[in-house]
Amino acid sequence: MRYPFPVGKSDFIQGDEAIARAAILAGCRFYAGYPITPASEIFEAMALYMPLVDGVSIQMEDEIASIAAIIGASWAGAKAMTATSGPGFSLMQENLGYAVMTETPIVVVDVQRGGPSTGQPTLAAQGDIMQAIWGTHGDHSLIVLSPSTVQEAFDMTIRAFNLAEKYRTPVVLLTDAEIAHMRERVYIPNPDEIELIERKLPANEEEAKYPFGDIHGDGVPPMPIFGRGYRTYVTGLTHDERGRPKTVDAEVHERLIRRIIGKIENNKHDIISYETYALDDAEIAIITTGIVARSAIRAVKLLRERGIKAGLLKLNTIWPFDFDMIEELAERVKKIYVPEMNLGQLYHLVREGANGKAEVELISKIGGEVHTPMEIVEKVVG
Amino acid sequence: MYLKSAYEIRDKYLRKDMLPTIFCPGCGIGSALQYTLRAIDDLGLNPDEIVWVSGIGCSSRVPGFVNFDGLHTTHGRALAFATGIKLANPKLKIIAFMGDGDAAAIGGNHFIHAIRRNLDVTVILINNFTYGMTGGQVAPTALKGLRGTTAPYGQFENPFDIADLAVSAGANYVARWSVFNYLQGINSIKKALQKEGFTLVEFLSPCPISFGRRNRMKTSPELLRWYQKITVPISKAKKMSPEELEGKIVIGEFADRDRPGLVREYEEYKKRAKRMMGWEE
Ligand SMILES: Cc1ncc(C[n+]2csc(CCOP(=O)(O)OP(=O)(O)O)c2C)c(N)n1
Ligand code: SF4
Repeated sequence: MRYPFPVGKSDFIQGDEAIARAAILAGCRFYAGYPITPASEIFEAMALYMPLVDGVSIQMEDEIASIAAIIGASWAGAKAMTATSGPGFSLMQENLGYAVMTETPIVVVDVQRGGPSTGQPTLAAQGDIMQAIWGTHGDHSLIVLSPSTVQEAFDMTIRAFNLAEKYRTPVVLLTDAEIAHMRERVYIPNPDEIELIERKLPANEEEAKYPFGDIHGDGVPPMPIFGRGYRTYVTGLTHDERGRPKTVDAEVHERLIRRIIGKIENNKHDIISYETYALDDAEIAIITTGIVARSAIRAVKLLRERGIKAGLLKLNTIWPFDFDMIEELAERVKKIYVPEMNLGQLYHLVREGANGKAEVELISKIGGEVHTPMEIVEKVVG
Repeated sequence: MYLKSAYEIRDKYLRKDMLPTIFCPGCGIGSALQYTLRAIDDLGLNPDEIVWVSGIGCSSRVPGFVNFDGLHTTHGRALAFATGIKLANPKLKIIAFMGDGDAAAIGGNHFIHAIRRNLDVTVILINNFTYGMTGGQVAPTALKGLRGTTAPYGQFENPFDIADLAVSAGANYVARWSVFNYLQGINSIKKALQKEGFTLVEFLSPCPISFGRRNRMKTSPELLRWYQKITVPISKAKKMSPEELEGKIVIGEFADRDRPGLVREYEEYKKRAKRMMGWEE
């Protein structure tokens, strides 16, 4: 396999470019999108690379069509991705729910910008956290990842594909304008250095009869992709294990939805990833994610220099959320600070996790600039 | 043409465990479905290589009843999903079954763009002038004066002529019949299925329950008589003035051409990309 970019060495590239290259190395061969700042460079890179690796890159008429097309491509057997920013992500929500309900592996990148509405197209924000987790209607679960560096944007894109395939679910890579346009040194591995997970296919005709049944007891049914003679019917309506619509049967609905949520929830320790910095003996915990974590690390160092025992918990996975871990942390520390580039979205989750065991304070900033380390330090020292 | 019995077609292609269908007595969707299955059967197409795609509405429930791979998607979006299926696996033949509201209202944008791209798909469009599934609201195809629950005093907006729209947008094959024109209907679907690119067969289809009842045509035969009154064959229509055609619907074949389909265009594009990058001669 020949790649249209260097592999097995480092390159100095933007976050958006890193996401595109990672997707290709993860085996993505179908990209559909609609241009939007600050995500367009992902599309432009995919447009350049895809035809060369025998993949498809297509500019759809809008974001609704883009996510629809990648879901269709996934049922035809391709690993598929789309990328957008807030306004486009809002348009995708109905079909994101369709992907949850039909258990379709797809990767959706949301490069956040300032909102609501068309807001601040070129400036960073973290205002889509709630939208990523809860944007679609109904009870559901999916996976949301959040990188802090360009290297992480690369690595997490590969992980997003792996998780999507492993759990037959949509995965949202939630990044922001700052990382999207920032250039950093990124190691682009050789394909043989990357571990890829492929979706479970039915082992035989019998298994293929239950495309939505928990036949292996792990909550993840094998996916009978189209064109292989299995004659699978896929619907966004409430359906039984065989995929037959059962829209007024309470039991079928409960079984289906609880399994779909359960396959994420029961495997949350496999899915959740986080990093800590100086947290072991910390009395003050800073919990944050994405671009803000970079300022927070520096803030912790500055606080330590002043004799304040601060530590950082950087969340790489935003959903599923480890409420128990936050509660344990809250029992150990005096106070938790949550710096984020919105008016308090991660804060809600952290406060629920802390469960009153520690005071939780939001350090919010909006308008497009990342918190400076000193802004965090000043809040903590009061 | 030798016509197999309807039972034979039913037993060969329908999912028995899904029957009965949700369709009301006198509904025309079953006829359009039967014609599509007969066309597939006559052509000897391999069902394993056909995927049925639909949006939301009564018409869109059809893929659930046929024993093929099927994707029942969100309202209006069938052709966008189909674009992904077809480009990811060009070997699959795609049949999109959709309602007039589904295709021309919420899905209007996907509809014209799928045609512009010449997406390789055969659309079977059920035009019943109404939103059947949600109980009889007006559709963008409703002729002026027709009633729906959201236009209780008679539609005041201009209707879309879907076939006309498809011809202008560039479809390779476009035909419109009423479900009572069964031979023409089957032949058109056969033609459509054999062609590359975007093909559309539109059926005027009786919805006695949600539509007829509100327009003083409670049964299928009453709707049939009305179709006979309002439809004009294309050969005759060519000689009629715009005034004479007011309130009429032209039926027949409107386009039959062979522009390259999206799959072929993309294959060429890939080759061009590799050439331009010096990857291949
Ligand atoms: C986003 C969205 N909006 C509205 C609906 C409700 N809805 C279901 S079917 C339908 C219209 C169906 O009419 P048509 O497409 O003409 O098909 P028919 O039922 O007449 O065959 C509507 C509006 C929906 N399911 N999704
Ligand atoms: S409501 Fe109309 S379109 Fe729907 S099944 Fe009944 S008759 Fe057919």
